[in-house]
Amino acid sequence: MSKAILYDATLCIGCRQCEAGCAEQNHLPYDDKIAAEEVQSAHKFTAILTRGDKFMRRLCMNCDDPTCASVCPVAALRKTPEGPVIYEPSRCIGCRYCMVACPFDVPKYEWSKALPLVRKCTMCPDRVAAGRQTACAEICPTGATKFGERDALIAEARQRLRDHPEQYVPHIYGLDEVGGTSVLLLSSVPFEQFGYRTDFPHQPLPLLTHRILQFIPDFVPLGGVLLGGIWWITHRRAEVAAAEGRAPKHAEEKKKEAK
Amino acid sequence: MAPLRSKLSFWKSVFLVVMAAGLYAAVVRFTQGLGASTHLSDRFPWGLWIGFDVLCGVMLAAGGFTLMAAVHIFNIERFKPIVRPTLLTAFLGYVLVCVALLFDIGRSYRIWHPLVMWNPRSVMFEVAWCVTLYTTVLAFEFSPIVLERLQVLRSERVRHAARIVTRVLRVVSVPLIIAGILLSTLHQSSLGSLYLIVPNKLYPLWYTPTLPLFFFLSAIAVGLAMTVYESTTSARHFGKELETPLLQEIGRILLVILIVYAVLRFQDLYRRDVLRLAFQPRYETWFFWLEIALALALPIGLLLVPRVRRSPRGIYVASVLVVLGFITNRLNVSLTGMEASAGVRYFPKWTEVAVTASIVAAGFAIFGLAAKYLPIFESAAELQARTEREFAPLPAAARAARAPEQEAELVNADD
Repeated sequence: MSKAILYDATLCIGCRQCEAGCAEQNHLPYDDKIAAEEVQSAHKFTAILTRGDKFMRRLCMNCDDPTCASVCPVAALRKTPEGPVIYEPSRCIGCRYCMVACPFDVPKYEWSKALPLVRKCTMCPDRVAAGRQTACAEICPTGATKFGERDALIAEARQRLRDHPEQYVPHIYGLDEVGGTSVLLLSSVPFEQFGYRTDFPHQPLPLLTHRILQFIPDFVPLGGVLLGGIWWITHRRAEVAAAEGRAPKHAEEKKKEAK
Repeated sequence: MAPLRSKLSFWKSVFLVVMAAGLYAAVVRFTQGLGASTHLSDRFPWGLWIGFDVLCGVMLAAGGFTLMAAVHIFNIERFKPIVRPTLLTAFLGYVLVCVALLFDIGRSYRIWHPLVMWNPRSVMFEVAWCVTLYTTVLAFEFSPIVLERLQVLRSERVRHAARIVTRVLRVVSVPLIIAGILLSTLHQSSLGSLYLIVPNKLYPLWYTPTLPLFFFLSAIAVGLAMTVYESTTSARHFGKELETPLLQEIGRILLVILIVYAVLRFQDLYRRDVLRLAFQPRYETWFFWLEIALALALPIGLLLVPRVRRSPRGIYVASVLVVLGFITNRLNVSLTGMEASAGVRYFPKWTEVAVTASIVAAGFAIFGLAAKYLPIFESAAELQARTEREFAPLPAAARAARAPEQEAELVNADD
């Protein structure tokens, strides 16, 4: 079954261990200066956001039907059955359509490199495949970031909302957003305050382009036959007109050319 | 003669300055990356090179498939005189779009990847295939023009080979033209489909499920407007005015397409209940009305006046407005409309502008050279007569003083 991460902001103490663990796992630099950067970037795949005494985590949502994977012209991004949305750097052409399309603005770019790649959290696919937790979940001292089966985590999140309705916004973020994600969030303050949009459809975004792209296999043969038919009719008409001697001059010239 | 010469050298020096700036920008781009050469960022990943070079470039080249369909499929022979300049624009346009893409994608040397690493769910994948195939089709559609030029050369062997290739091309021409029309329909509309995936990011004045249709319709309008623009401009250099009835007919067709587009566009805004946004004092509103004024209101208003619709000058002005208006439209979709959700203002860095400007300048220069040395506006026989008249009696000293590209052409012509 598919794995997921549940982040409960009410349990988070803002220690940023998840950031450090993520950096180590992905061989990224990490120091006080980078810790202070509250944005995701090519060198920081997850970030803890602070608003007063409230925290929120940002990481790739690892969508069930990822927009990034659907738009990538070379299939460099892919959803694995275990949950992670992985990236194959050897395919990437650097077109940045994934960055434009991602509803959560997750993929980031190596702007300062002459030969750049896209970087993002990929939910530790090697660890998950080996049956281990993600680096961020393993290192989290309070259990704010928890790794497990998606279904089990949803049940647990619902239980927490039921047990302590006063502590939470009554919403599991990621349950239905853009068709569901492998990262689930619970919060005591509205998600918009941390830049999470809540106006997403509950259908995966790739359906929006699929609606158009599905016509192509029919369009090509039908259009070809239609245009061929029009060509035949218009030229036949000119031929007949020429044979009956009421042709415009250019059609007659054409006849001569053909001979 | 003297004022003409100084005018030429003025434009030549502008051209050289633009190309030098573009060259410098290219060096920065390919040695230091996109961060150093553009104002793009993680928040605003697509800029001028996608918005203008690709979206507008493909749109401006749309006359190719429109006229090929009109002349060869619908057999409207009246349009024949403008097919060649339009094909030249189209072929040139697509080649330059590919050049621009080499600048924009991070790993230019992997530009061929979509051809072997498939993702049929991706609109970009579809566009990549269509553009590749259509550029190939355009090369075939354009080649008879080159072959015709070869057939009036003095060398019997070249003429013979050119005749054989022409005959082969004639056999495959109708399927090729049909393929070109289908491919163009697909990717002209798909450039709009690219933005269907960002319903929460693109400003509602531009985001609509109907984007593909709007991109397709406007591409046809711009394709026709471009034929008027380049024919009128070229006429000044080659002394061959387009027949007024032909221009008038294009003007009438243009008017119909613009009205259809305008009705659909405003009906779409009304149906999505976002028309009120067009009257809010916001940054986007100004660009929206600029687009509507240039692309729709002014040209429709002009062309509705019978006196304007009948005059070549009026049709020319309306066409230029249409081209500028839909360039604004493409930039609004790709840049203006994406700024609010990104939370940043994007204005291109000078190096971005320099690259774009030098690509455009190269386009003008190559168009000029092709129009001069290929049977674009005149028949091959006329062209041969003119080049012989111009080059043959020159003494050796005058020949040596000629520009290198002309010298090269001279050698070919003497073959």
